[in-house]
Amino acid sequence: MYKEFIKAYFIAKKDMGAYYLKPPLISWGLMLPIVFVLAFYFRNPAGIKEVVPGLIGLTLLFSCTSMAAIVITFEKRIGALERLLLAPLNFRTILLGKSLGSTLFGLMVAVFITLILIPLMGLSIRNFWAFVLIYIFSGLAFSLLGILISVGVKEVFEAMTMSNFFRFPMIFLCGVFFPVSSMPFPLPILSYLLPLTYTVDGLKHCLLEDKGMIPLYLDLLILLGFVFFLFSLSLFIFKKRIRQEF
Amino acid sequence: MGTLGENLMTNSMKDIIQVRDLTKSYGSTLAVDHISFDVKEGEVFGFLGPNGAGKTTTIRIMVGLTQPGSGTAWIDSHDILKEPVEVKKTIGLVPETSNLYGELTALKNLIYQAELYGVPKKERRIRALDLLEEFNLKEHQEKPFQALSRGLKRRLTIAAALVHHPKILFLDEPTTGLDVMSARGLRKLILDSKKKGLTVFLTTHYIPEAESLCDRIAVIVKGKIRVIDTPENIKAQVKETEILEIGLDRITEDLKNKLLVMEGIEKILVSENRIRFHTKKLDQITHPVIKVLEEQGAKIETINTLSPTLEDAFVKITGLDSELMKIDKPMKMGPE
Repeated sequence: MYKEFIKAYFIAKKDMGAYYLKPPLISWGLMLPIVFVLAFYFRNPAGIKEVVPGLIGLTLLFSCTSMAAIVITFEKRIGALERLLLAPLNFRTILLGKSLGSTLFGLMVAVFITLILIPLMGLSIRNFWAFVLIYIFSGLAFSLLGILISVGVKEVFEAMTMSNFFRFPMIFLCGVFFPVSSMPFPLPILSYLLPLTYTVDGLKHCLLEDKGMIPLYLDLLILLGFVFFLFSLSLFIFKKRIRQEF
Repeated sequence: MGTLGENLMTNSMKDIIQVRDLTKSYGSTLAVDHISFDVKEGEVFGFLGPNGAGKTTTIRIMVGLTQPGSGTAWIDSHDILKEPVEVKKTIGLVPETSNLYGELTALKNLIYQAELYGVPKKERRIRALDLLEEFNLKEHQEKPFQALSRGLKRRLTIAAALVHHPKILFLDEPTTGLDVMSARGLRKLILDSKKKGLTVFLTTHYIPEAESLCDRIAVIVKGKIRVIDTPENIKAQVKETEILEIGLDRITEDLKNKLLVMEGIEKILVSENRIRFHTKKLDQITHPVIKVLEEQGAKIETINTLSPTLEDAFVKITGLDSELMKIDKPMKMGPE
């Protein structure tokens, strides 16, 4: 298990070094979240405080899924994914490595945004370790979602387009800009099925006073559940697709 | 499987690869059709066949990239279906497309491969630098893979396949797309690897390459193995045949047709302005052939008798035109 984790770390380290300057990653994973933040800030600097948890959640979502699209699709296209399949690694290690690389990139971008927004808005982190866990669980869940989407397509632009089918509705359904409770039925049902809802809710607990929809521990548990569910599903789909394509 | 000759030559060596009744279909096409063979430890074993014969599919099944339809193989006593991770530790593969990471430097690519294969930390850099030295890539070690020439990429891809000290090196069409000098350098590297005790399994559609590199060759056509033997034994299958080669100023269809109906000529092969007559009666056909050529007004520029080559044996065994073997596969998309 330890050796598997170390090899997954090597995959993640390589992905970080090789792909962080790829244009689709810069535009979708870095520029887009920054543009969102700036747009909200310039529109209403005082009102942005309420949407900081949502903006951090969006940043995590876009940067993790974009990196996942690159590390899977790009490597499939140039044939480099084959090198991982040739190495003495099982599918689980490869998937873990790929999702770790995407998560680390997403966390870097999200921490960068957080370090600007929190002091700027005069916010404080009320429960630091829960805050950290929300970042990690959300990053992993979003990366796995990105892998799940990317593994079935051939080109990076296809993966980005497919990801947007999920990402853009999540902006409106997951309490990023307005609360889930204010949505007309049956939209809240959809909201509860999406991991970003719990990221935003958990971050509201940690950054804003008593703004959570469900208890913080439940947000964490549900996010962790998403990680395990998406890992299992991605592993199943990844194995199946690779066997079909190779 | 195997003739008496090959068994006598190699029975002291262990079978490091054993393939039994392997098949693979793509839709209704049977790409690999119930093939079985063994490869001895330390030999260079070649899969020779035209494009689409099933060479790459076989190699991909053996290294665990493709699932077989039926049958299995053992690599260094590990079942490819039951112990894929153990198999992968034992082998190195150089695929047809050089597919290292374009953004990483030559040195970082090798170190990354060493990391993936679990090479101890203190040895990774040393092994990578040694390989760069051995493969004459030292001056390129800090260049990104994507900035290297095709020949250098190929060499680095082979180096990457050796970083974990595998027992078997699989090479899929190793010299395809390379210039003459790079291909020659690569063949020398393959022979040097054999001298170090490595077992080499290579696929090729270049007959001279198979002849110069391989201890034994399996000729594969349409997914079936036609023969497995040493190049000498394969050539011996056509040893009773002699070849008369005549260089002419021009060769017309009419002339070819006239020659084809002559008695004692088994086959005529035309390549550019040379015409080869395969016969078992060289003494009896030479003068009549020259007479026909003179009657047709063809100017004889050269005349030679040749021993049968592996190409002649290949043509006899497979019934294929040897020109078919000179067609390269279209290049795949990749960082080549």
